[in-house]
Amino acid sequence: MPARNKGSKPKVAVFKFASCDGCQLSLLDAEEELLAVADAIDIAFFPEATRRMLKGPYDIGIVEGSITTPHDVEHIREIRKSCGSLITIGACATAGGIQALRNWKDIKEFVRIVYASPEHISTLDRSLPIGSFVHVDFELRGCPINKYQLIEVIGALLHKRKPNIHTHSVCIDCKLKGNVCVMVAHGTPCLGPVTQSGCGSICPSFNRGCYGCYGPMESPNTSALAGQFSELGETRHDISLAFRGFNAYAEAFRRESEAHEK
Amino acid sequence: MYSRVEELNSRRIPLAKMQAVIIGLRCLFVPHESHIRRQAMCLQSDLTLHIIWHSHCRVWRDKNDFLHIMNNTSKLEASNLQQLLTALQRSGYTTVGPILRDDAIVYDKLDSVNDLPVGWSDEQSPANYRLTKQSGASYFNFNAAPQSWKRFLYPPVRKLFTIRKDGKSLGISNENTDDMKYAFVGVRPCELSAILIQDEVFQAGKYRDDAYSAARRNLFIVAVNCTTAGGTCFCSSMKTGPEAKNNFDISLTEVLRDGRHFFIVKAGTELGASVMDLVETSAASPQEVATADAIMRQTESRITKKMETDGLPALLAENLEHPHWDDVAKRCLTCGNCTMVCPTCFCSTVEDTTDLSGQNAERFRRWDSCFTVDFSKVAGGNFRMSTKSRYRQWLTHKLSSWVDQFGVSGCVGCGRCITWCPVGIDLTAEVQAIRGTETQQRKGD
Repeated sequence: MPARNKGSKPKVAVFKFASCDGCQLSLLDAEEELLAVADAIDIAFFPEATRRMLKGPYDIGIVEGSITTPHDVEHIREIRKSCGSLITIGACATAGGIQALRNWKDIKEFVRIVYASPEHISTLDRSLPIGSFVHVDFELRGCPINKYQLIEVIGALLHKRKPNIHTHSVCIDCKLKGNVCVMVAHGTPCLGPVTQSGCGSICPSFNRGCYGCYGPMESPNTSALAGQFSELGETRHDISLAFRGFNAYAEAFRRESEAHEK
Repeated sequence: MYSRVEELNSRRIPLAKMQAVIIGLRCLFVPHESHIRRQAMCLQSDLTLHIIWHSHCRVWRDKNDFLHIMNNTSKLEASNLQQLLTALQRSGYTTVGPILRDDAIVYDKLDSVNDLPVGWSDEQSPANYRLTKQSGASYFNFNAAPQSWKRFLYPPVRKLFTIRKDGKSLGISNENTDDMKYAFVGVRPCELSAILIQDEVFQAGKYRDDAYSAARRNLFIVAVNCTTAGGTCFCSSMKTGPEAKNNFDISLTEVLRDGRHFFIVKAGTELGASVMDLVETSAASPQEVATADAIMRQTESRITKKMETDGLPALLAENLEHPHWDDVAKRCLTCGNCTMVCPTCFCSTVEDTTDLSGQNAERFRRWDSCFTVDFSKVAGGNFRMSTKSRYRQWLTHKLSSWVDQFGVSGCVGCGRCITWCPVGIDLTAEVQAIRGTETQQRKGD
């Protein structure tokens, strides 16, 4: 973070690329903590929340969304230059998002079918995470992100400590909560063992298998899990689709989904 | 001959008559005659002695010099089981025991016997757990729950302290240790062994865990002997079950035969005996005790899983580069489930957090696992990056270096790590694979 005047609050900017806005709204959704957030930081640029738009440079840049156009590439490079620390938030910004499903298809064909005047469309052939173009200081996973994790990261950055963001499996969170394993006790396929912690094990807590919203955990053995899905009666197609969700283009999930394609 | 025990049950006897009583008892405990003689001599020579324990009875002297003889083994009708829970609750205990939740039998707050999984059992195999409905109305005819009692004595997350910045000074407030008084109802013999192992870990060394000690000191244990063997159980190999011999306050053996439903009850401590005094029991007949013993033998004969423990610590220590570790690594998810469900795994991490203002900080202790990357991260790098090295660390610690560290194996044979591994890795099979090929190598030498 660049040096700032003592006593002044860090200037924070929130930017958006290809995404649904859900992650940046997590900041506004932090109702109880919102005043504390406003006390601690100066929201200098956040078009979703305020018309006040201060010019950079900024101390912290929070970026949502994936890079899908040549213009995005230029824009993110400018943002990187204007921000001291760059935090990317959400599955789009950290893995390409659900729109990365197009990465397996012919984008030109899509453009031709969808748009009346395809000649006005300038797009990249793939949807990619921010980290594919610029250096990112911290990637906060999730679709959407967990607002408490966002506040934790901002707090850690402000007070120069390590954020307590775990990169282990969702399983550990299930066990800490006392959840009964849905895969072992119910035979429900669950991506928890290969997915990063962070959501608070929401789906298994309601007897659903994990959808992998937080992307691959630190050491994902996707092929062993896919083998177990097969034991539970899942077809190759089912397995391929299971890994092709919000984090489909994250390396470990991408490879596993491709391994089960016809 | 047991009629004599009934006669003596809870009688107060003047000291002068004690010798006669002891001699009278001799005929009741034929296998333990020498033991009784020793006790009699002891009583005559040392009148300060307050209590004598025997496997079947206890003798103690009250302040009026009356000697009491109590039979430790009695019979509790199943219809009176609620009295035991009520007695514990009235004695200030929060009762915890098996209840049905999310298609499993889990340990949680237990208010009444109606919350027990009446008529339910379970089937367990690697990566598989299913509830099964039974014809009888048994209370405890199932195997290890998804998680052990560890989470009550050693909670998954515990706040250690809070720091508040007040002007230029810092105010530190330690979190009070939990003074919860738990009564665990339904502790299996393997789990009892696990609690003793964690006692060693948290209380025996130079650095004691005060919160654990407080919870442990207040703990009342109702052990329940196993009347059924699970598909992943191997307590008989680890010599921890299926019958609890000691270290409980009360033990129960459930008998549901020929239309009769009762528990053979043993008091293991004075505290246990005093709680049983509040419960309506009767003397157990020799036939009833024999039936309970037969059920124990039957359970043991039905345990199919085995782990050969002969020379096991050395076997693993000498095979750290065995090719089988690579084989396990292909299957292992490094998800950490095995360590979370293990009743003896005790690793934790400590995390500090600050609020946005920076005026308040908190420190938490949280269960950790040797399967996470952060666990072995140190200044300069990570010394256990591969899955192979992490699985090997867990298994060799559990079965080999644990013995060097604590004098006992870290495994009690509950089988949880096998059942709850999402891909069904079975430590007994992994050990056997290493043992098998090791033997071949030796033969080849």
